[in-house]
Amino acid sequence: MEQWLQYFLQIARGADWPIAATTVQQALGFFVGFLLFLTVLLVIRRVQGRNWVPDVVASLLIPLFVFLGVMSGVILGGIGALYVVYRTRILQQIGFLTWPRGAQYLLMGVLAFVLVLILISVLVLFFVWWERKIAGHIQNRYGPMETGAYGLLQTIADGLKLFVKEDIIPAGADPILFTLAPGIIIAAAFAAYAAIPFSEHLVVARMNIGLLWIVAMGSLVVIGILMAGWAQNNKWGLFGGMRSAAQVISYEIPGGLALLSALTLVGSLDLVDIARAQSGGRWLLWSSPFSVVAFIIYYIASLAETNRTPFDLPEAESELVAGYFTEYSGIRFSMFMLAEYANMFAVSALATIVFLGAWHGPWLPAPVWFVLKVFTLVFIMMLVRWTFPRFRVDQLMVFCWKFLIPLGFVCLFGNALWALWFG
Amino acid sequence: MVDIWLERVLFYSLAAITIGSALVVTFGRNLVRSAFALFFTLMGMAAIFIYLAADFVAIMQIFVYIGGILVLILFGIWLTHRIIDLDIRAGRVQLVPGVTLGLVLLLVLWMAIRSFALLDRVPAGYIATSRGIGRLLLTTYLLPFEIASVALLVALVGAIVIGRKEVER
Amino acid sequence: MTAITLPEILIVGAILFVLGLIAIFTRRNAIGILMGVELVLNSANLNFIGFARFQGLDLHAHVVVLFVILLAAIEAAVFLAICLAIFRNFRDIAADRLHDLRG
Repeated sequence: MEQWLQYFLQIARGADWPIAATTVQQALGFFVGFLLFLTVLLVIRRVQGRNWVPDVVASLLIPLFVFLGVMSGVILGGIGALYVVYRTRILQQIGFLTWPRGAQYLLMGVLAFVLVLILISVLVLFFVWWERKIAGHIQNRYGPMETGAYGLLQTIADGLKLFVKEDIIPAGADPILFTLAPGIIIAAAFAAYAAIPFSEHLVVARMNIGLLWIVAMGSLVVIGILMAGWAQNNKWGLFGGMRSAAQVISYEIPGGLALLSALTLVGSLDLVDIARAQSGGRWLLWSSPFSVVAFIIYYIASLAETNRTPFDLPEAESELVAGYFTEYSGIRFSMFMLAEYANMFAVSALATIVFLGAWHGPWLPAPVWFVLKVFTLVFIMMLVRWTFPRFRVDQLMVFCWKFLIPLGFVCLFGNALWALWFG
Repeated sequence: MVDIWLERVLFYSLAAITIGSALVVTFGRNLVRSAFALFFTLMGMAAIFIYLAADFVAIMQIFVYIGGILVLILFGIWLTHRIIDLDIRAGRVQLVPGVTLGLVLLLVLWMAIRSFALLDRVPAGYIATSRGIGRLLLTTYLLPFEIASVALLVALVGAIVIGRKEVER
Repeated sequence: MTAITLPEILIVGAILFVLGLIAIFTRRNAIGILMGVELVLNSANLNFIGFARFQGLDLHAHVVVLFVILLAAIEAAVFLAICLAIFRNFRDIAADRLHDLRG
C-alpha cells in the first residue's frame, strides 16, 4: 500500500478492529446502550402521545444518509490533501524538519486551527438543517423542503440572508463591548475543540488536564453572555444575560461533580487516557451504577449550560424577547447561533469521551465511531428541545441546587467507594 | 536563535495584553469597561501561567477568578448603581499622589529585582502538575486544605446573611 | 540559555502590583477598589509561579497559589455582600462618602 495511505490509516486507527463484537462485555455494552436509547425515545413518545415512529425514523434515516455523505466527502478531502502533500513534496521543499521547534509548533498550530474551523463550519451547517428537520417531523410536517433537495441548502440560504442584513448598533450601546461579546462566546466555544480527541492521535493539543480545559471554556462563555447582555443598552437584554449567566454557573457544579465521579474510576484528567481506559467494551457508563446516574446528571447539566430547552428561558421568544441577544441582528446573531451549536457538539463530545467510550467500537475507524456517538447525543438534545416545555427560572434553580447537586455528591461519594472496593 | 526570538515575541505580547488591560482597569472611566478589561487581564495571567508550565493553576485561575470572582464583580456593579443611568462614571480621588506613590514604589521594586543574585538553575522540562499538587494537598498541606473548606463554608453563610433583604415585621 | 528569565517575570508582576495599588488608592467606587485588590493578588501569584519555575520551589508554590486564589474568592464574595448591604442602606458606595460608620 502507498506509504501516505498507510500513515493515514495509522492515524485513523484507535478502534478495536475485530469485525464483530468479540467479547461479552462489548455485546452487553451495545445492548445496554441500545436499551437506554430506546428508553429515551419511549419517554419522548409518552410525552408526545401519538405514533412517533415514522417521524423519528424519517428524522433519523435521511440525515444519516446526508451525514454519511458529508463524512465521506470530508474523509476523501483529507485523503486528497495528504496525497497532494506527498506528491508535491511540499514539506521537504520548505525544509520543515529543520525548522526550529517553535516555528514547527506555530505552523502546526495554524493548520490545526484552520482544520478545526472548517470542521465546525461543516458541523454547524449540518446541525442547523438537522434541527429544523427534526422539529418538522416531530410537529407532523416535513420541515424545509424547498431550497435544494430535502432543504439541504436551507442553512446556506439563512446564512446569506443574515449576512446581507443591515448592521445596527443600538444608540447608547457600548460599541467596543457590543462587538466583542459574540467574539468572546465564539472564542470560548471554539477553544474547547483544542482538547477534543477524535481518535488516539487525532487531537489538536493533548493536555494532561484536557477535561478541565473543556469545562473551563464553558466558564468563559458566561463572561461573553454577561458582556452581550450589558452591551446592548436594553433592560430586558441585561436581565436575560444575568439570568442566563446565573443558570450556566449554577449548572456547572453538578456537571463537574458528575465528571469527577466518573473520574474516580480512571485516575487521570487526560482525555486520551480516559478514552483508552474504556477499550474493549468497558465503557464508564456501566462500570458502576453511580456512573449511570452521573451520566444523566451530566447530560442534564450540559443541556442547561448550552441554554437548550428545557432550560432556554434566556433565549425564548415568548419570555424575554430573545433575552441576551435581543439587539443583535444579522451576522452577530448568526455568531451566537454558531457558538451555541459548536458548544452543543463540544459538551456532547465530552460526554461521549468520559462516559460512552470515545472511539471504541468494532470494525469502523475510530473517528467515525466518535462522531456517530456524539451525533446520537446531539440528536437526543434536539428531540428533547421539541418535546418538553421549558422550566421557569425558580424551578430551574431549585432543580439544580436542591436536587442535582446533592445527587451529584451522592454519585461522587458512591463512585469513590466503588473504586476503592472493586478497583 | 529563531526559537528564542519566537518565545520572546510570545511572552511580550502576553505581557502587553495583561498590562494594557490592567491599565484600563486602573484608569478607565467607565466601570463596566474596567471590569471587562479585568477579564482580559485575568486571561492574560492564565496564559502566562501556562507559559510558565503551571497548567493546573492556570485552569483554576480560569475557573475561580474568571468564572467566579469576575461574575461576582459584574453582578455587584449592576446591582449597586442607580438603574436610571446605565453609563457608570467612576470618579477618581487624589490621582496625582496615587500615581506618584505608585511610580516611586515601582522604582524601588525594580532596583530590588535587579540587585539580588539568582541561582543558576535551568528550568526543568514540562511535568504534569496535577498529580503532584493533589499529593501535596493531601499530605503536606492537609490542614490548610481542611481549614480552607471551613473558611469557604463560613464565607458562604456569612455572605448570605449579610446580603439578604431585611424581613419587614 | 532560556528566552525569558526570572527578572522579566518579576517586573511584569511589579507593574501589575503597582497598577493594582494605584487602583486601590484612586478609585472611588468600592468595587473598583476590589478590582485593584484582585490585581495585587494576581501579581503575587505571578511571583510565586515565576519562582517555582526558575528557582525550584516546584509544586509548593503552586499549592500556595491555589490557596491564594481560593482566599481571593472568599474575600470577593464577602466584600460584595457588604457592598450590597451598604447600597441598600445608603444608596451609594462611593468610598469617600461612607463615613457614617466612623468612630
